[in-house]
Amino acid sequence: MASSVFPYQPVARRQAEEQAETLCLHCGTPVPRGLVNNGAPARFCCSACETVYGILREGGLERYYDLVRESGGACPVSPRSQGRGYEDFDDPGFIERYVRASKTGAPQVRLYLENIHCAACLWLLERIRRVEPGILSIRVDLPRSMAEVTWDDRRVTLSAIARLLDKIGYAPHPWRGENAQELRRQEDRAILVRMGVSGAIAANVMLTSIALYSGLFGAMDAEMESFFRWTSLGLIIPAMIWGGDVFFKSAWRSIVHRAPNLDVPIVLGIAAGMIGGTVNVVRGAGEIYFDSLAMLIFLLLGGRWLQRRGMHRAADAAELVMALTPSRARLVEGEGVRDVPVETLKVSDLIEVRAGETIPADGLVTRGESDINLAWLTGESRPSPVTAGTAVHAGAVNLTAPIRVRVSATGEQTRIGRLMDLMRAAAENRAPIVRLADRFTAHFLAGVTGLAALTLAIWWGGGPEQAIEHAVALLIVGCPCVLGLATPLAFAAAIGCAARKGVLIKGGDAIERLAGARHLWLDKTGTLTEGRMRLVSWTGDEALKPLFGSLERHSSHPIADAAAELPGGAAVESFSCTVGGGVSGVVNGVRIDAGSLKWVLERAALDGDDLIARARERQANGETVVAIAAGGRLAALAGFRDPIRADAKETVDGLRRMGFTVGILSGDDPLTVRAAARELGVPGELARGGVTPEGKLELIRNEMKEHPVVMVGDGVNDAAALSAASAGVAVHGGAEAGLAAANIYLNRPGVAPVLELARGARRTMRVVRSSLLFALFYNLFSISLAVAGLVHPLTAAIIMPLSSLTVVVNSTRARSF
Amino acid sequence: MEVIYIVLPLALIIVGAAVAAYVWSVRDGQLDDLESPPVRMLFDDEVSRRTPRSPSVNPDR
Repeated sequence: MASSVFPYQPVARRQAEEQAETLCLHCGTPVPRGLVNNGAPARFCCSACETVYGILREGGLERYYDLVRESGGACPVSPRSQGRGYEDFDDPGFIERYVRASKTGAPQVRLYLENIHCAACLWLLERIRRVEPGILSIRVDLPRSMAEVTWDDRRVTLSAIARLLDKIGYAPHPWRGENAQELRRQEDRAILVRMGVSGAIAANVMLTSIALYSGLFGAMDAEMESFFRWTSLGLIIPAMIWGGDVFFKSAWRSIVHRAPNLDVPIVLGIAAGMIGGTVNVVRGAGEIYFDSLAMLIFLLLGGRWLQRRGMHRAADAAELVMALTPSRARLVEGEGVRDVPVETLKVSDLIEVRAGETIPADGLVTRGESDINLAWLTGESRPSPVTAGTAVHAGAVNLTAPIRVRVSATGEQTRIGRLMDLMRAAAENRAPIVRLADRFTAHFLAGVTGLAALTLAIWWGGGPEQAIEHAVALLIVGCPCVLGLATPLAFAAAIGCAARKGVLIKGGDAIERLAGARHLWLDKTGTLTEGRMRLVSWTGDEALKPLFGSLERHSSHPIADAAAELPGGAAVESFSCTVGGGVSGVVNGVRIDAGSLKWVLERAALDGDDLIARARERQANGETVVAIAAGGRLAALAGFRDPIRADAKETVDGLRRMGFTVGILSGDDPLTVRAAARELGVPGELARGGVTPEGKLELIRNEMKEHPVVMVGDGVNDAAALSAASAGVAVHGGAEAGLAAANIYLNRPGVAPVLELARGARRTMRVVRSSLLFALFYNLFSISLAVAGLVHPLTAAIIMPLSSLTVVVNSTRARSF
Repeated sequence: MEVIYIVLPLALIIVGAAVAAYVWSVRDGQLDDLESPPVRMLFDDEVSRRTPRSPSVNPDR
């Protein structure tokens, strides 16, 4: 059979097809065919990419592309330049607030840069001064997406640097939330100090213990033995005070709250070993276990540090929201317009918002007509027209023309501000999960204390001294160190693995919650779809395509961007644009009007009703229809739609097979949502359209009362729902507010990583379970040895690290992602 | 073996110095970012390779 002779033929053919497609030299996405036919010398998907490529070549920074390929990262992204002038960065108020003097006296500022994701980004940014020599240095902090820029203010302004960064695709924002950040940094440092100190002590106690153990086999004079024992005691006291206090405090708190955590049995073991050991050193007889104790403290602090680091990273990411709200507004005063900090805006102020700018406050449009993009705020995939009297919300992007807005709410009172409040509240109220390991605690505690009492009773006959020795040994080897290590280690390993694959997980909780969930809601716009319009259908005269394409290249409307996929190259004269209507012009001598059906019909004749009927059909299919009239006659229809991502169907099917109930939750038009659901095979009752951000939150909250829910989304409109859900997943390319709210962020385009993530989370939990099982067996084994009175400090010193090592290997070797 | 009585405290003093250095480096912020430095290090060597293109100014320092 032919298919068995060439089993890989379909794959080979697919590859050949992909090669035939031209990929953008900068961002690597397929270049719209129209542009290639145009005979352009360089191959780019858009002019923004071309500009960046030019800048990098000029600076001799082409190696960036090799690095991107090597690292296999998702970069570079096609730059979505904000098109801002960043003049506010030169404002004295801005400088006073954010700029400090560096050690050399040159001004220095911390900027949060969007889209920093990989090593290649770091390489490029730290060498960007080849392009702009006025920059003295840039130091990038990868995990925080932060860059510390030092520049020469005699040679270049900060706004020029900001414009350059923006052009390359790293839109800069001033770094806010410095104080909270500083607190977390101090905490990180404190735990690192503890860990280092207790590590050094553990190593040295072990060395003195080796001397003591070697004394077991030969003669060591009593004086020297006691010298070593006192040295051990002197070493362990600082480790206990400086490192062990963490566990004592945590155990005490949990006892006060009547919910003993794993630290209680740990502290029991440590305290028993410490008191018993000290007594034995002082009286000069009996066993000491200081080496095992020091090791225990060090290992547990290591686990604690891994956990804490994940949590702090999540908190850092949340600060980014602050950096993203526009910091300046244009206040209209009499005839003039003045640039003011957004904090000074008051209700009933009049502000101007130019094309391409983000609206800084809620209000009513008083003058101007434009289109605004609400995609991030509501999930509405189509831009909506605004005229005088329309209410607009902060966070929406003004697309086509300048408008004036009478402010009705500012800052926290705006809709986006309230959404952020909801998001924070939801995140704070997210019920803490009972860790798998913590569930053992109560039984474990009862078991260990019971068995210690039993040991005491059994050996009491042989003298109280020996009985106490054995009971202390039991408490030490019974210390659930491995139990405490198993979870953080497995999570840290999984988080590391996932990060290399472009899935950023902010802490182990998310993995545990995700693995336990069976219900999943997906946002549509920007998550299941690409979040940008594309030409999906053409009805009527094919010959009009290049004319329409040429005409639309003169407009900045999102629809026009999509139409740029069509071939162009024809000469356009007398171009004009009607906001909320369409565009007209004379292309190759033919008058073309293209726009909404209603607007075109006002200026063109109709040949029968056929096209009108087709237009209605397309609209019912969820498409945005642009009518095209040539020479005053309606001649063609172009259908635009935000298409479903190529990997969406596969992902949804995969999730279903894993036992997830998958639903779509979108703010977009219900008709569009239903069309998307049909395409993906999602049942109608699970496809909810027209849901407001508040509605999404409500729905997730209600479902959470019954079972854990996973939410996958991208925008500000999903932020509250993302933070309320058991696990919130933000997809690549979404608003950074979504990123802050979610506890998982996909750093790779597409939704396919969601499936990987779900699988990885379950595999990780399997690893955790196997480690816990092993830890339990180990503890059972060592405790039974202790009951039998067979534990000696040397056996403890060998089996305790050995068991920890086994768990470390088990956790880190497991390829959960 | 009496030398132990001198060597052991001496060793502990050295350890103490090392620990003090570590604590200083942590407080100085040298361990705040554990991801960027290992990446940055990999790119260090190329400075010398690229300089011949513009011998008058070293673009990276």
